[in-house]
Parts: sequence; C-alpha cells; structure tokens
Amino acid sequence: MNNPASASGVHVNVEELSHRYTPKLPLTFEEVSFQAVPGEALTIIGRSGCGKSTLLQVIAGLMPGSIGRVSINDEHVIEPSSRWVMMFQAPHLFPWMNVRQNVGVGLRFANWPKDRIRDRVDEALELVHLEEFAGKNTQDLSGGQQQRVALARSLVMEPEMLLLDEPFSALDAFTRASLQRDVRQIAKQLGINLILVTHDIDEAILMADRALVMAGAPGRIVHDYKVDLPDPRERSDPKVQEMRAKLMKVFRDAAGAPHDGEDEGDETSEEDETMMNDSTKLEFSGREYSPA
Amino acid sequence: MAEKSQSQVWIRKFGLKLFNWVAGLLILFLLWLLGGYLIYLNPDTTHFSDFGPIPTFQAFPLLWEDGTIPNAIKSSGYRLGIGLLIAICCGIPIGILLGRSRTFRELSNSPFQLLRMISPLSWEPIAVIVFVTWNQAIIFLIAVASVWPVAFATAAGLAKVDPAWFKVARNLGASSWHRLTQIIIPAITFDMLTGIRAALGVAWIVLVPAEFLGVTSGLGYSIADARETLSYDHLTAMVLTIGIIGYILDSSCALAIKRFSWHRGDEA
Ligand SMILES: Nc1ncnc2c1ncn2[C@@H]1O[C@H](COP(=O)(O)OP(=O)(O)OP(=O)(O)O)[C@@H](O)[C@H]1O
Ligand SMILES: [Mg+2]
Repeated sequence: MNNPASASGVHVNVEELSHRYTPKLPLTFEEVSFQAVPGEALTIIGRSGCGKSTLLQVIAGLMPGSIGRVSINDEHVIEPSSRWVMMFQAPHLFPWMNVRQNVGVGLRFANWPKDRIRDRVDEALELVHLEEFAGKNTQDLSGGQQQRVALARSLVMEPEMLLLDEPFSALDAFTRASLQRDVRQIAKQLGINLILVTHDIDEAILMADRALVMAGAPGRIVHDYKVDLPDPRERSDPKVQEMRAKLMKVFRDAAGAPHDGEDEGDETSEEDETMMNDSTKLEFSGREYSPA
Repeated sequence: MAEKSQSQVWIRKFGLKLFNWVAGLLILFLLWLLGGYLIYLNPDTTHFSDFGPIPTFQAFPLLWEDGTIPNAIKSSGYRLGIGLLIAICCGIPIGILLGRSRTFRELSNSPFQLLRMISPLSWEPIAVIVFVTWNQAIIFLIAVASVWPVAFATAAGLAKVDPAWFKVARNLGASSWHRLTQIIIPAITFDMLTGIRAALGVAWIVLVPAEFLGVTSGLGYSIADARETLSYDHLTAMVLTIGIIGYILDSSCALAIKRFSWHRGDEA
C-alpha cells in the first residue's frame, strides 16, 4: 500500500450526464461533462441543492443516471465497485465493530484471509495516524478520528479513486485542516484520483488541482477552474489567498448569478459568502436523503 | 494512588449493590415469615400454616429428591424452549417483513394488533381441539403468546438501521449475504434480544396456567397436584421454584443483552 505503483489513478470520463429522481420531478442536473486524468484531484463546488451529491453518487455507481454515461478507464460505470470508494459527510461507521474491524470490513467482504487483512488494516491505520486506536469502540472516538477511520476503511480497498461528499464539514476547523492536508497528501502519495464535493472555497483551494463550479436548477457545470498551486498548501500563503479570491469571484459570477426570482447582485453575493464559509450548515444531522 | 482509590470506589459501589440485593430478598422473606406466623396464630387459618417459609424450605429437599422438581423443570423447560423457538423462528421473519415492507406493515397492522390483544390462554380450548396432544397445545399457546414481542422488537430494531450503512457496504463490495450477516443482524441484535426477553417473560407467565389442565407433568401440573392433595408446603415450594427459575432466565437474558449491545447508554 505504501508502494505508489500498487495503486494508481484512473481516467474519468463523464459524458452528457443528466439525472432526475422520478419522472415527475425536474432534472437534478443536466448535461454534465468533464474528464479527469489519473491522479487528479477534482473538486465540485456549488450552491446547496444544485445536485452535487447526486452527481457524485451517480459517478460512484450508487445511483443510476438517467441520460448520459460515466466511464472509468473506458469501463462503463453501472454499479458500485470497491475500486472507487465514496466517503460521506458522516463517517457511518458500524458501531458494533471496533476500529480495526471497521477498517477491515471491505476486505472481509472480499473474503481475504485474516492475517492479510490484519496487515493491510495496520498499514491503513498508520496512514491515517490511528495505530493506537485499533481496538477501540468507534463510539469512543472524536468526530475527526471517526472520519479518519472511514478514510482508512476506504483506503484499505486500494481504490483508484476516492469520492468525497463534504467529508469534513461536520468537523472543527483544526481537525478539518489537518484532514484536508492528509487526504490530499495520501491521494498524491498513492497516485489516486479524488473527486471532492464541497461548500467550502478554502477546502477547494487547499485540496484540488481543478475546481468545477456547478450552478443552476437543474445544475450544470458552468466553470472549470485550474487551481495551480505548489504543495504543501498553507491557508496563510499569499498565493493561496490570491487564488481563493479569484475562485470566489468566478463562483460569484457563475453560481451567484440571480436566478428564479432572486435579485440585487449585492444581497445575493453576500448570501453566497455566508453560504461558502458556513460549512456546518447542513441541517439533517449527517443522514443522507432517503426516499421515505 | 488514584487507581487505588478508584478501585475502592468500585468495590464500595459493588458492595452496596450486593447488600441491597440481599437485603431486598431478606425483606421479602421476613414478610413471608410474618404472614405465615399470622396465619398460624389465627385459629381459623391454622391449617394453612404450611404456606409459611419454614415448611416450604423443609419441603424443598424432599421434592428435589423424589424427582418432582427436576421432572417438572424438565417438562416445562421443554415446552417453553420449543414454544419460544417457534416464536423466534416466526417472529424474526415477521419483524423483518414489518420493518422492510410498508405494504406488509400497513396491511398487517390491525390484524396483528387484534391478535396480540387476545389473551393467549383463551386459545386453549381451540388448541386442544386442533392439536393431537396436550403438549402440542401448550407449546402452541406459548408460541402464540411470545411471537408478538419478538416480531415488534425486530421491526423496531430495523427502523433504527441507518440506510447509509447499506450504501457504504455496497460500495465496499458487500453481497446481500454480507449485508444480512454483517449489518442487519448485528444492527438489530440488541432489539431482537430485548424482544426475546419480553417474550420469555410472557411465555413464562402463560406456561404455568396452561399446564393446569390436561398434562401430568410440569410446574403448573405440580402446583395443581399439590393443591388437590392439600400439601400446601409443596405448593409454595413449587411457586417459589417458578419464581427462582423465571428470575434466573430473565437475568441471563439481561446479561446477554448487555453483552451484545452496541448501544450506548441504554443498557438493559
Ligand atoms: N432521494 C431524493 N429524491 C428526490 N429528490 C431528491 C433526493 N435527493 C435529493 N433530491 C433533490 O435533488 C436536488 C439535488 O440534491 P443534492 O443532494 O444532490 O444537492 P447538493 O448539491 O448535494 O446539495 P447540498 O450542498 O445541500 O448537499 C435537490 O433539489 C434535492 O431536493
Ligand atoms: Mg450534498
């Protein structure tokens, strides 16, 4: 696992993808197309409700798209695979398993022998700095530690791509910063792709090579912005600050444009600013939408 | 130093618990002793004085040695075990259906609520007609009484399952077998065991009166028999046996629940 050659990234090709939940509902997003090269870290930013989470789940094969196609290395994605693993806003650990068992669960599904699972889990725990928590009950861990366990649980599968849906938004600023740094560093070290959905412009700047701005209802990709910054990225670095300001402007121009009845540029952008910085705004306490 | 005082606190807490446990039983015993004594004092009831604790405890070894108690436990335990097993085997699938299928839940709600409210013993005459042996009839009564707690608790457990667990599992390559064994079952074990504990309580209560008729073995039969032969000391000894065994069964269930519970802060 520490050998970058063992895992490597993928070509992602999303072509003219549209989606609607049920025939009666309007389109969730429309004609989304983009490519990613192996090892690329991509972020999708956009207003709440423009369809980012849905898009990510369609790409992961957890939900069928209505029109269009997703291919990964020229392979049409129609079902989930442990080669591309999704991480959600909440860690969704299995509370009846300890940390070690949680991390190894995917390998158990794949019927790996016990000793090999053990070795691989140890490596993954080391990667996320949780070696000494292996035997703990997950409910005794902090939110950040739990999200690290979820990360390790994804990493043991040696995925070629990690799909992250606002994975750090429920964490405090310090924990978030260290996880942002670690996830990017691990992904780069392993050479795997990242697709990260976020509300947080800072997160996009710190973690991504490219930012896709999604806007409208139904959502479309309205901007493809290259985040050309050297590693390691520090929030306080003037270059990072400058890039942040630029992306903010792009975002406002694109996503913040008044739509369906909203008016007055000033008010709208102010609202955007709040939205972008308030990364703990999700009301539904970490549960995914479920068709009730 | 801190560790030592912590273990001292623990010992004190445990000691107090044990003391209260013993004291509670002792109070019950003293009340019983007092009652027995009052019965003895009253000339009208003197011949009932065998209900008191001293004759009862004298009857215990006799009943044990002549095989009355062990045989009764064996027969009753067999009926209880089979009845509960049937209830669990039917109750868990019903609970899973209730939890997973909305149509089934809505369709079955009123019939189940209606059936549930029928006192299990009122099935007895019908059961005796339907089944060939009394044994089968009693097992049926136990199963009918205890299937509902198991089914409803299983459904309640399923309702608490986080749908995102399935998404995560699917993404990590879980087959439907894995989903059942690694997620659904461990997730609902706590509620299932709680349901089984409640079922056991109901079954235990139904068992004794069900054995009053027809059969010639079991705890209920032994009580009816003792009443007919006017051996009141035997009667109370059997009553006490029922209480003790019920207590042991229930406590074992509580222990199992504690062992398998991953819930925080709602241990039984
Ligand atoms: N299961 C569902 N059934 C029907 N409609 C849904 C479902 N899930 C989401 N939607 C709708 O689809 C649209 C896009 O939802 P989605 O969760 O993808 O948005 P999002 O961009 O991730 O928003 P946020 O930033 O708030 O997480 C929303 O209008 C939402 O109401
Ligand atoms: Mg979302």
